[in-house]
Amino acid sequence: MEDRIMSKLSLITKGFIKDNPTFVLVLGMCPTLATTTSALNGLEMGLATLFVLVLSNMAISALAPLVPDKVHIPVYIVVIATFVTVLQLLMQAYVPSVYAQLGLFIPLIVVNCIVLGRAEAFANKNGVIDSALDGLGIGIGFTMSLTAIGVVREILGSGSVFGLKFIPGDGILAFVMAPGAFMVLGYLMVLFNKYLKK
Amino acid sequence: MVLCLTLVCLFCGSILGVIYAVTQKPIAQAAQKALVESISKVLPEGGELSDAQQSQGFEYYTLTDGEVVTAYAVKSSAIGFGGSLTLMVGVLPDGTVYNTSVLSHSETPGLGAKCSTDKTFMEQWKNLGADKSLKLKKDGGDIDAITASTITSRAYTLAVSNAVEFVKSMNGGQNNE
Amino acid sequence: MEYFLIIISSIFVNNILLSQFLGICPFLGVSNKLSTATGMSGAVCFVITLATVVTYLVNQYLLLPFGLGFLQTIAFILIIAALVQMVEIVLKKISPSLYQALGIFLPLITTNCAVLGVAITVVTKEFTFGGESHMLNLAEATVYALATSLGYGLAMILFAGLREHLAMNDVPKAFKGLPIALITVSIMAMAFLGFTGII
Repeated sequence: MEDRIMSKLSLITKGFIKDNPTFVLVLGMCPTLATTTSALNGLEMGLATLFVLVLSNMAISALAPLVPDKVHIPVYIVVIATFVTVLQLLMQAYVPSVYAQLGLFIPLIVVNCIVLGRAEAFANKNGVIDSALDGLGIGIGFTMSLTAIGVVREILGSGSVFGLKFIPGDGILAFVMAPGAFMVLGYLMVLFNKYLKK
Repeated sequence: MVLCLTLVCLFCGSILGVIYAVTQKPIAQAAQKALVESISKVLPEGGELSDAQQSQGFEYYTLTDGEVVTAYAVKSSAIGFGGSLTLMVGVLPDGTVYNTSVLSHSETPGLGAKCSTDKTFMEQWKNLGADKSLKLKKDGGDIDAITASTITSRAYTLAVSNAVEFVKSMNGGQNNE
Repeated sequence: MEYFLIIISSIFVNNILLSQFLGICPFLGVSNKLSTATGMSGAVCFVITLATVVTYLVNQYLLLPFGLGFLQTIAFILIIAALVQMVEIVLKKISPSLYQALGIFLPLITTNCAVLGVAITVVTKEFTFGGESHMLNLAEATVYALATSLGYGLAMILFAGLREHLAMNDVPKAFKGLPIALITVSIMAMAFLGFTGII
């Protein structure tokens, strides 16, 4: 019994460090770079991806035995696109300001390689519950990475964390702009490689 | 094979149709709420708000107290750095800017986007007298620009001054339109 | 004049890779060698332009008139997937040599977010080229898509050139591979920031 719980738990936790989608698998780079101008934006983008990841993983693991091999990729894409559109509609209805902030990168979750990647690598071979846990783990890993990048960029670029300003002045503007995104991701990856990767 | 794909598409399509039907009302309400909030933010309290009106290419709302128009809320846009910048500008009949609020923008996060968050920039529009010159300080006016975002600040100022000009022309031409 | 502005702005000022962050995964994935980077850029150029034209037409004449705007994401991605598949088949028949050069990159393009990103941007965003903000018409959309994909190719090929040299240098272990590549891109993006303000 204990073993089973442990193995389920490890399905979730492996996404945090061992299979971290950002720093180890290096997937889903576009939203990672584009939406991490502040810690809050990173967190919101991560949660949006988490939502799609868990639902599409579940749906695909349930559908997988019924789908002929030749069309499995188009079917997966349709399923993912459906959940993304559901997310779009729900966000427009209940959190319109967040939707306006993240903009284009919400529909682009469809082509986020993490989602299709997990469908291919995990969900189509495993049960519904395991797939949901896998999606949850990878999603949390992704959210943590995005938030971490967002925190660093916000401190350097605006002198604040989650909107709370603690360094007066304007910050180093380059870090809120494109170059800072690449640089922060690069250096965080270096730290990750050095201290966390086994 | 084709059948399977068609079935999946049909199924997903119908799910989306249902969800769309369900969320349509909240989406419209959210948009309406945002509009009403931005209008009430830029106008003084009290009085009766009109429906949307159109004139000279501006969409505006009037606040009336009895027969007298006490304030205008004008939707005004200008081209900023990343695209159009749309504001709701509250203007009193004498040309005083009561307050402004950003409806939509596509400025750079952390730079021009500060036009909707930066306290000092936002505050200066409150009760800005008609005698003030609606230009940036570096263009010889009275408005402080956002650091490193001159283009955005200039667009913002232009949108406000267009709205003020519009209200002045409305008021100069005929009162109580 | 307006087309000229669109071209300069989408290649240099708003470079799709270095300032809009679209299509980063293949950018990092295939930029190890100059030859593969060139092949990928060619294929992306072709698909982005074609896909933008088709999705623009579908959106304008099929989705919007029937009030199906909410199916945009799902319709666009299916169109792109089908187009890529078709291009692959047609290319194989008509020009085997071109297929040889681009073929292996085509399947990867479906999930290249630059393609979907440009298609969605063109039909949802108002542009301000030439002083007034408006939605793009078909001709402008085509020019925008082509110029954007040329910008993609430019950044990709420049970066692949740098990366080939990078591979021969002695880099600290933790920096090896992607980290140093990302830091290089960062410096490139900084250089491209210099184009801001020319239009």
